[in-house]
Amino acid sequence: MSTIPEEMRYTSSHEWVKLNDDGTVSVGITEHAQELLGDIVFVETPEIDTEFTAGEACCVVESVKAASDIYMPISGEVVDTNGELTDTPDIINSSPYDDGWIFKIKPANEDELEGLMDAQAYEDSIEE
Amino acid sequence: MPFIPHTENEINTMLESIGVKQIDDLFGEVPKALRAGELSNIPVGLSEMQMTQLMTERGAQDGRPLCFIGAGAYDHYVPAAVWQITTRGEFYTAYTPYQAEASQGTLQLIYEFQSMMTTLTGMDVSNASVYDGASSLAEAVLMSVRANRKSKSKRILVPRNVNPTYRSATHTLVKGQNIELVDIDYDKETGGISLDSLKAFEGEDFAAVVIQQPNFFGSLEDVDAITDWAHANNALVIGVVNPLAMSILKPAGLWGGAGADIACGDGQPLGAPLSSGGPYYGIMCCKKALVRQMPGRIVGRTVDEEGKEGFVLTLQAREQHIRRSKATSNICTNQGLVVTASTIHMSILGAAGLENAASQSHLNTASLVEKMCAIDGVEKMFDSVSFHETVIKLNKPAKAVVDAMTEANIIAGFDLSEAYPELGDAILVCATEQRTTKEIDQYVSALTKALGEV
Amino acid sequence: MLIFEHSKVGLHKKNDAQLTAIPASMRRGESAALPEVSELQAVRHYTRLSTKNFSIDTHFYPLGSCTMKYNPRVANSIALMPEFAARHPLAPEKFSQGFLSCMYELQEMLCEVTGMKGFSLAPMAGAQGEFAGIAMIRAYHDANGDHERREILVPDAAHGTNPATATMCGYTVKEIPTLADGDVNIEALAAAIGPQTAGLMLTNPSTLGVFERQIQKIAKMIHEAGGLLYYDGANLNAILGKIRPGDMGFDVIHSNLHKTFATPHGGGGPGSGAIGVSERLIPFMPIAGVIKDKESFRWANKSDYAHSIGHLSAFFGNPGVLIRAYVYMRLLGREGMTRVSEFSTLNANYMMAEMKKAGFEAAIPDRFASHEFIITLKKQAKELHVTAMDFAKRLLDLGYHAPTTYFPLLVPECLLIEPTETESKEDLDGFIKAMVQIQQEAENDTQLVTTAPHTMPVKRLDEVRAARQLDLSWTVTQTTG
Repeated sequence: MSTIPEEMRYTSSHEWVKLNDDGTVSVGITEHAQELLGDIVFVETPEIDTEFTAGEACCVVESVKAASDIYMPISGEVVDTNGELTDTPDIINSSPYDDGWIFKIKPANEDELEGLMDAQAYEDSIEE
Repeated sequence: MPFIPHTENEINTMLESIGVKQIDDLFGEVPKALRAGELSNIPVGLSEMQMTQLMTERGAQDGRPLCFIGAGAYDHYVPAAVWQITTRGEFYTAYTPYQAEASQGTLQLIYEFQSMMTTLTGMDVSNASVYDGASSLAEAVLMSVRANRKSKSKRILVPRNVNPTYRSATHTLVKGQNIELVDIDYDKETGGISLDSLKAFEGEDFAAVVIQQPNFFGSLEDVDAITDWAHANNALVIGVVNPLAMSILKPAGLWGGAGADIACGDGQPLGAPLSSGGPYYGIMCCKKALVRQMPGRIVGRTVDEEGKEGFVLTLQAREQHIRRSKATSNICTNQGLVVTASTIHMSILGAAGLENAASQSHLNTASLVEKMCAIDGVEKMFDSVSFHETVIKLNKPAKAVVDAMTEANIIAGFDLSEAYPELGDAILVCATEQRTTKEIDQYVSALTKALGEV
Repeated sequence: MLIFEHSKVGLHKKNDAQLTAIPASMRRGESAALPEVSELQAVRHYTRLSTKNFSIDTHFYPLGSCTMKYNPRVANSIALMPEFAARHPLAPEKFSQGFLSCMYELQEMLCEVTGMKGFSLAPMAGAQGEFAGIAMIRAYHDANGDHERREILVPDAAHGTNPATATMCGYTVKEIPTLADGDVNIEALAAAIGPQTAGLMLTNPSTLGVFERQIQKIAKMIHEAGGLLYYDGANLNAILGKIRPGDMGFDVIHSNLHKTFATPHGGGGPGSGAIGVSERLIPFMPIAGVIKDKESFRWANKSDYAHSIGHLSAFFGNPGVLIRAYVYMRLLGREGMTRVSEFSTLNANYMMAEMKKAGFEAAIPDRFASHEFIITLKKQAKELHVTAMDFAKRLLDLGYHAPTTYFPLLVPECLLIEPTETESKEDLDGFIKAMVQIQQEAENDTQLVTTAPHTMPVKRLDEVRAARQLDLSWTVTQTTG
């Protein structure tokens, strides 16, 4: 298992969440999730300006054998999506925590981040 | 005659291997109370010869009446080679091509089919088909609600001149998802959809507009104007098309400024025998941007490990066996065998052959209508251009006339009085390329006689 | 080579038909880019393509849950007799008595063999039968003013269509776990049942290849809670004539005629998912059915089914399939039906016994199999890095179609094997021998298995490329390799 970045927060449904300097929050899927899915062939990103509440399915990541919903880790409004994924969805496989980010939101309430797992807790959860 | 190839000796060896005394022991886990008795309401088995004799009798009861009815199923000629090749065991008794390496025949054929449907409809992509025309409309409606991101609405505008059974089946199939089909009335003069009847919906939120070309009355719609109107109102356009007509009419992908978004319809006119209503297949084509919302199977071309061209089912992650309760649809069948026939049919006929069948059907119907209207009390219902069906108004009860014509061994047309009571005594007639001048004349004299007697 | 690549421009001639009645703005500019080939070229192309398929007529095809039995040829010749093939769906009843009598008798025979009170032949496939069944359950509750029932229970071993269908009908789905012995977890079921329960969808024998022994208890629990019981007839072949879903307490069932009643699978369809109902659901049946009035037959109309869920298709489902199923049932007769389940069960249990003796691990080893059984290759996957998929691909080289792989999802590295009653002992033995050979290859020459197949028209295909670089149709400008 590769290292799980310390600076991010995690959900039990394998999304990662990172608070950016500008106050927005980036969301992607973890190394573990991309391994489970296999070769990603398509990502349906959410519409910009749409608001979601935490836990809502907001977009779909598709591999040859599975289509997996991405659940909104914390409530907020989508402000940006990763355009690179349209032509090169495989960057989620090669760089899940960095180039493979999926969308950014403006959080409704930053405190919700505290409710998510830290790296250690996430690592423990996937080793169970 | 259950086609079981076991000898007594083999049965005993097999039972011994399992470790039971008799076959019935294998059902030992089933509670006694659930064991069925004799199936007394099922007749004893017949030999193949007896069965053939029985069915020859049953067939003879129905005879071979002259067919002047369409209403969604059309009596076109199918070359002999089509079903001879289609019913080769390798096509006829293969399963869905999940093991791609052992199914390249079916997979390549579907790829060719998809290519033929896209060029015929002018759309970007086609799937491997759904059940029939009615279900293709229902799937198109579901798809448009999923796909239209500009609209939050689950309302679909559906003209009343769209095939009434398609509308009714679509209602059955989509109502569970709270989708509302909104009726639009047709113009009383032309039977078509005019922009005036659409105006009432201007500025409202709805996901899609359905247009049937030709419409159920057989007439051609102003598809360009309706398509542009729909797009201007942020709605998708679902074209319900007759694929044979597409060979001579403007294809759905070219309607208006931007083209229809989804084309559906029934593939029956392309090589499927009438066969009492099926199996036919449903056409499902769309713009490229919507491909991931499309239900059903899709075949893609790719390469194998050695770089050799090959074909696979692709975009399967959308389907029920993977997505389960989140699938785009519960559909898991394409009408593979009929699609096989259709692909071979289109290959043998080519574009020219389809155009010939389409034009001749158009001309035969025109000739029939002209001769019918020469009879007193018979006239065209609408002022419109027909493809190969026309609504005819009678001055006698339609049902009685249709009944009387059966005496002359003729199916006179589709009695519209139940689906469209406002039209009074009206029938929808059709003369495909198979109807000869002699048969058309036979029809006209039988009608003259029937009108005199009724 | 694609048919388009045989095309020669100018080969076909168009008639000089006068289409002046149709305004130019409504006509097509350019002709469709269909191939222009001779009839012989088309015949040869598609005959050659056909030889790239495995089929029941050419290979043993033990595809679990699909019932790939012999499709009697006579059923096809009868269906293609002009009196049936050229019959218009809206032909007046006067020209329909022969056809309608067959359909009526088919309904009656299906009622008898399943223990149901009414049968509709309208659904065009198993999934549409499921849809019709669940839509009827919903209509039934609605008619009783029982609007709070929003949930359908589905065992986790079920076919993917079950949850997809429930969703299409506007229900939410709750999955019920299965025990290691293949039976439904009754405690979990009891905990899940409540006033929100609309019904339960169940396949029996289950997709795990065993008979649900608690079925009477399950039926009682669901009925007492006011829910209805749906029977997925995918595995009807296992119990045909021996055990009837109606007697087990099911309220509505679908039967895949293309499985149990031997109509062709046709490379993916058409099918037929005829549905049977108990007395209380008759008013909700879909349009259309066939009714017998004295000595003549007629189509059912809305007044025959007061609360009909409506039409499912443009006409009457897939009559060409129904005629074939009718012919098959009449050939079998009452005694033949029972032999179907007996011999499909005998074949499956014999194969399971022999494969266990050969060292393969059965997923549920201590129970009788139904008409199918599951082998798990998890040991091979772990120790030899040879997966169920590898075994499946290698089987193709040895002349056998692969069993169903990776279904049901509950069993790791599984092969779901359904031999059907029409296969002989020699063919079953041949398959087992092939599996033993692959096992030895996996141990001694792993790569031979993991890179299989080697003798098919193509090797393993790049599915990732297919999904990323979508190439779904041929266009004129395309050049091909």
